[in-house]
Amino acid sequence: MQIRDGKPTREAYGKAMLELAANDSNIYVVDCDIGKSCKTVPFSQQFPNQHVNVGIAEQNALGVGAGLATTGKIPFVTTYAVFGSMRMLEQIRQEVCYPQLNVKIACSHGGFTPANDGASHQGIEDIGIFRTIPNMTIVAPADYESAFELVKAAAKYDGPVYLRFTRDAVPSIYKSDDKFEIGKAVELNKGSDVTIICTGDILSKGVLATQQLEKEGISVKLLDMHTVKPLDKEAVLKAIKETKAIVTVEDHNIINGLGSAVAEVVAETGGCKFKRIGIQDQFGESAPYEHLLAKNGITVENIVDTCKKML
Amino acid sequence: MITKTELQKLNKEANDIRIKTLETIAHLGVGHVGGSLSVVEILTLLYFKEMNIDPKNPKMIGRDLLVLSKGHSGPALYSTLALRGFFPLDWLKTLNKGGTNLPSHCDRTKTPGIDMTTGSLGQGLSAACGMALACRIDNLDNYTFAIIGDGETDEGQNWEAAMFASQYKLNKLIAFTDYNKLQLDGTAESVMDLGDIEGKWRTFGWNVYRCDGHDIASIESKIELAKLSNNKPNMIILDTVKGKGAAFAENKLTNHNMVVSPETATEAIDELKKEL
Ligand SMILES: Cc1ncc(C[n+]2csc(CCOP(=O)(O)OP(=O)(O)O)c2C)c(N)n1
Ligand SMILES: [Mg+2]
Repeated sequence: MQIRDGKPTREAYGKAMLELAANDSNIYVVDCDIGKSCKTVPFSQQFPNQHVNVGIAEQNALGVGAGLATTGKIPFVTTYAVFGSMRMLEQIRQEVCYPQLNVKIACSHGGFTPANDGASHQGIEDIGIFRTIPNMTIVAPADYESAFELVKAAAKYDGPVYLRFTRDAVPSIYKSDDKFEIGKAVELNKGSDVTIICTGDILSKGVLATQQLEKEGISVKLLDMHTVKPLDKEAVLKAIKETKAIVTVEDHNIINGLGSAVAEVVAETGGCKFKRIGIQDQFGESAPYEHLLAKNGITVENIVDTCKKML
Repeated sequence: MITKTELQKLNKEANDIRIKTLETIAHLGVGHVGGSLSVVEILTLLYFKEMNIDPKNPKMIGRDLLVLSKGHSGPALYSTLALRGFFPLDWLKTLNKGGTNLPSHCDRTKTPGIDMTTGSLGQGLSAACGMALACRIDNLDNYTFAIIGDGETDEGQNWEAAMFASQYKLNKLIAFTDYNKLQLDGTAESVMDLGDIEGKWRTFGWNVYRCDGHDIASIESKIELAKLSNNKPNMIILDTVKGKGAAFAENKLTNHNMVVSPETATEAIDELKKEL
């Protein structure tokens, strides 16, 4: 478990799409005039026949994607998390999830990662929104390496998948040959006192908190719950059994995100001590990423403190 | 009609706004240069002549209203509002920084003089319709203005608003399209061609006018015509240049959101100062 400087996960998306299209002429990108930002420009140049740009028209993009999917094509509708989870939301429910079409919603600018772009561009509700829609799968990769692999896993997976990427660089934790399975948490550290469960861009904070706690003699189990839905219940049940407490951490509203999903399992099984760390049901602002996270207690220190207080 | 001295004054004002906009973005180091610089003349005309507003009382009942639907052009509107006295000029240095009142995209809760929050494209014209309707219900004789982008025009919601404004005969709604022919991924023509943009608005039941969006006198003459409308909403298509007035940005495909170093900005600002 070593943290290195990393890259934005939206770049992993752009790169993975090139590899996918090179091997499968059914892979499509549907852009919404932010291909430059979502890193699909090389795709549009190398695979012009597998690319469409609908302009600034997200609802239409989703419908076009759904239509493409009815003939067996695999469209990745590409936009930002706010627009992917809200502007085209009812279309996703009616035209993708309900008719069970194989459309991927690939979104950059997840959580606070758009930082100084401000609240209008920070997708902090997306996971919660998609959790409530039947047939939807939600994947939030933590770093460049896992994002690259999880995009490919999403392409193989038959059904709607929401993919959440970062605008800015996030530290790398994984190696390029690590393997990932949708719906299966990764155990990054084994432990017996407390479990930290993270999703998406803040995993590096979970890693640093784990290292800090272990230094202080506390044994930590660390899970990367890259798939928030379907949640890896087995992994949560195991954590309840093997450790005395669970802390969840996410760059998402505290309501209905990873913490809520884990809480449902904890509550229904009689569980263990439990705490959630996430955005305190408030909008962000135009400010640096770390500043926004700190304002909501999403810091290594707070993870460490929260774990200690429960033991 | 604008008098010659008035026009001179407004052109100078536009130049100042352009300089402040560049300084503001350069201070942060990156920003929406292109779409900010293309709306400078319309903002100058609105805030320094057309609109009935009071910088000391930004929420004055019965004032004229503006929705800058292309909310990413905030820096130009912030510079305009600061120069018009809505808030101190030093605020411009806080653009997009933690705790700022001038966020990346317009926010009615943070900035005096901003009438509507925007940033997610395609929604502002509907809000402007609601505002114009509310003013009519309240027997106010003010105007509601809206500025939308040409790329933004792709959003279907604009056309829902277009039908609504026509159905409800919102004659005191005056909208502008910042027709700078560029959006984010490329030219509007290559991404999503607007085709006969005038004809589109006309068939939706609007009065349509068109002029050079950097020629203040000619925009003013179109606004005067729009104000004669007694039963139709008004669309004024402004032919503009994205990045207007800054050589490093003007009409460049990369000018949507770009890094601006202090040197680049200074060079452009020096050029603009020569025009004063
Ligand atoms: C609903 C929505 N989709 C996408 C974006 C991202 N975006 C910001 S500006 C922009 C291009 C806007 O083009 P245009 O309307 O022509 O504006 P201008 O050229 O004046 O900058 C895009 C796609 C957004 N802000 N809102
Ligand atoms: Mg444009």
